[in-house]
Amino acid sequence: MKPTTESFKQNVRVALHDPQLQRALAGLPTGLVANRAAARARLPEFEDLRDIGRDIKDHTLAHLDLYLEEYERKATAAGAHVHWAATAAEAREIILQICRDADAKVVTKGKSMISEEIGLNAALESAGIEVVETDLGEYLVQIRGETPSHIIAPAIHLTQEQVEADFRRLHKNLPPDRVLTEPAQLVGEARQVLREKFLAADVGITGANFLVAETGSSVIVTNEGNGDLTQSLARVHVVVASIEKVVPTREDVSAILRLLARSATGQEFSTYTTFSTGPRRPDDPDGPQAYHVVILDNGRSEMLGTAFREALRCIRCGACMNHCPVYGAIGGHAYGWVYPGPIGSVLTPSLIGVKQAADLPNASTFCGRCEQVCPMKIPLPKLMRHHREADFELGGPSLPYRIGLRTWAWFAQRPKLYHMAARLAAAALGAFGRRRGAFRRLPFAGDWTRHRDFPAPQGRTFQQLWAEHKAGALR
Amino acid sequence: MSDPFSGRPRVGLFVTCLVDLMRPSVGFAAAKLLERAGCSVEVPTAQTCCGQPAYNSGDKADAAALARQTIAAFEGYDYVVAPSGSCAGMLKLHYPALLADDPEWSGRAKEFAERVYELISFLVDVRGVEAVDAEFPGRVTYHDSCSGLRELGIKDQPRKLLSSVKGLELKEMAESEVCCGFGGTFSIKYPDISNAMVEKKTANVAAAEPDLLLAGDLGCLMNMAGKLKREGRQIAVRHVAEVLAGELSDPPIAGTK
Repeated sequence: MKPTTESFKQNVRVALHDPQLQRALAGLPTGLVANRAAARARLPEFEDLRDIGRDIKDHTLAHLDLYLEEYERKATAAGAHVHWAATAAEAREIILQICRDADAKVVTKGKSMISEEIGLNAALESAGIEVVETDLGEYLVQIRGETPSHIIAPAIHLTQEQVEADFRRLHKNLPPDRVLTEPAQLVGEARQVLREKFLAADVGITGANFLVAETGSSVIVTNEGNGDLTQSLARVHVVVASIEKVVPTREDVSAILRLLARSATGQEFSTYTTFSTGPRRPDDPDGPQAYHVVILDNGRSEMLGTAFREALRCIRCGACMNHCPVYGAIGGHAYGWVYPGPIGSVLTPSLIGVKQAADLPNASTFCGRCEQVCPMKIPLPKLMRHHREADFELGGPSLPYRIGLRTWAWFAQRPKLYHMAARLAAAALGAFGRRRGAFRRLPFAGDWTRHRDFPAPQGRTFQQLWAEHKAGALR
Repeated sequence: MSDPFSGRPRVGLFVTCLVDLMRPSVGFAAAKLLERAGCSVEVPTAQTCCGQPAYNSGDKADAAALARQTIAAFEGYDYVVAPSGSCAGMLKLHYPALLADDPEWSGRAKEFAERVYELISFLVDVRGVEAVDAEFPGRVTYHDSCSGLRELGIKDQPRKLLSSVKGLELKEMAESEVCCGFGGTFSIKYPDISNAMVEKKTANVAAAEPDLLLAGDLGCLMNMAGKLKREGRQIAVRHVAEVLAGELSDPPIAGTK
């Protein structure tokens, strides 16, 4: 996927002026946020589970090579074909080759952010293969020619009215006078359309929430059951997953699953949790004839030896973005690449480069809500700050900003001069601003006063007044 | 060590750069509250700013220089107290992280951090203050500033003391724990996002129909006061310490009377 991270500020302007998007985002506090809070309140040991989840992932990441090799051994023994992809291009080529070998005309897909990361749909389509997203949100995004704006709710930026209009535009073989005013009617129509695709598919591609080293299984969780139909009805099942998805045991999976759905949607558990181990065995009633697993690095192993390793604990629940006031203001597309929200502001610079994505870690107030809700306790603000340090080393954020900052810092390190300058500033601003109490416009703070008044200072500094107060008390 | 004459704990007041420059009355309110809580208050003149603008801009060298300056300025006090959760969080949590690799300063930063407190939580949690002698006839709402809330666990302390203010009715707003969009330099680097955030905040403030909006951090207060003023809303804004100390003679933030 081609990043638009460099036009972040432009993306933001578009997002802030998109009334449909703003209407859709307004539902977050009473939707996913409230649901998670309720689920967390129902589980007294939730905070202990966060520690357990973090420890499982930390342990795995510290021995990642061993667990990946163990996974490969077990998966291969179960009949899987395991492929290693160092880059997005390698992953695309591997999957294309699997599709060519299967003579695939139609490919169905379960929800997979990794497939977004590697730009899989475009690659398959340019090879003449019809690709059908089967997760409802992904399907909506696909038919609009968009990308997901959220990692678990890809179409969260859309309103119901937009979906109805799209369905009427696209599903032309259905009666034009059908009623589509209720969400259930829209879901029913999507199901009807997708059912034919499931049956026609040659290859089904899914992501994985976990790869289990102990058994060589891949695990997906869905709420729609589309993942199961994708992977069991096609002749070939391809799993595409990144290296940090591996965990040692099934026990570890079940511990983390207790956190995942609660953090994501506020459910106790997702509707479907499916373990896949190898292709269909002779006695199995269904399942694919061939089962491939493509394991992607794409820059992650570079993060392992750094502070950013902690970001690889992410289980893609989306809680950080649901609770992020910046995400709540601008939505996911403005972030300009695959992963939006706080985790995106950490992952994107790590994976595509700090220079190219410098706005992302900078565009945070460090309010800390993301870290507070992260089931894996990823210190997201701290990691964003590390990216800012790298950006600063490279000459960011901008020359005027740096000059301002360094000038201020020069004064701040010289208390006597600083206090003198503060006295002058307080006196000048105080004199001009006292009558109204605030400035409607200030020459050096135009970005502030464009949207809000700048409160006038009281006119003298505390240090000045305190010195007088002390002198008075001694007299 | 405590004051040799009075036996009172010696508190070094970390004024914060914003209180020093913009609103000294908050500093005096803080000093009054600390003195009433049995502390002797001093204000080292070698302090300027905690260094957050540099730290959060990725400028570690300047941030570390300011951290060392602040630690040195507050040598010898029993406590270092700031009328800001954001600055106190910087001193208490981030200085040790910032100076962790500095063999000369890492130990001093840790020792310093143990003495640092935000004003209201210091009064309640350390000095055991249960009530204040103050009066405010009217309805207030309280915004939980992010660093104080999430880094230092400040939530109940201000509410406890506010409940002892005569005549004061506390009306909670929706989403009081959501960021107001200030974020220090964030408000200048990304003014449009900041504005979208503060718009939501002032809508929640207004829905509580208060006479007065309070918080424990001047940055957030200036942001919210500036937006309320621009929106033409008649809601006064003050630092919580001003109400608790009964220091209401100065006009509210961005106000004239």
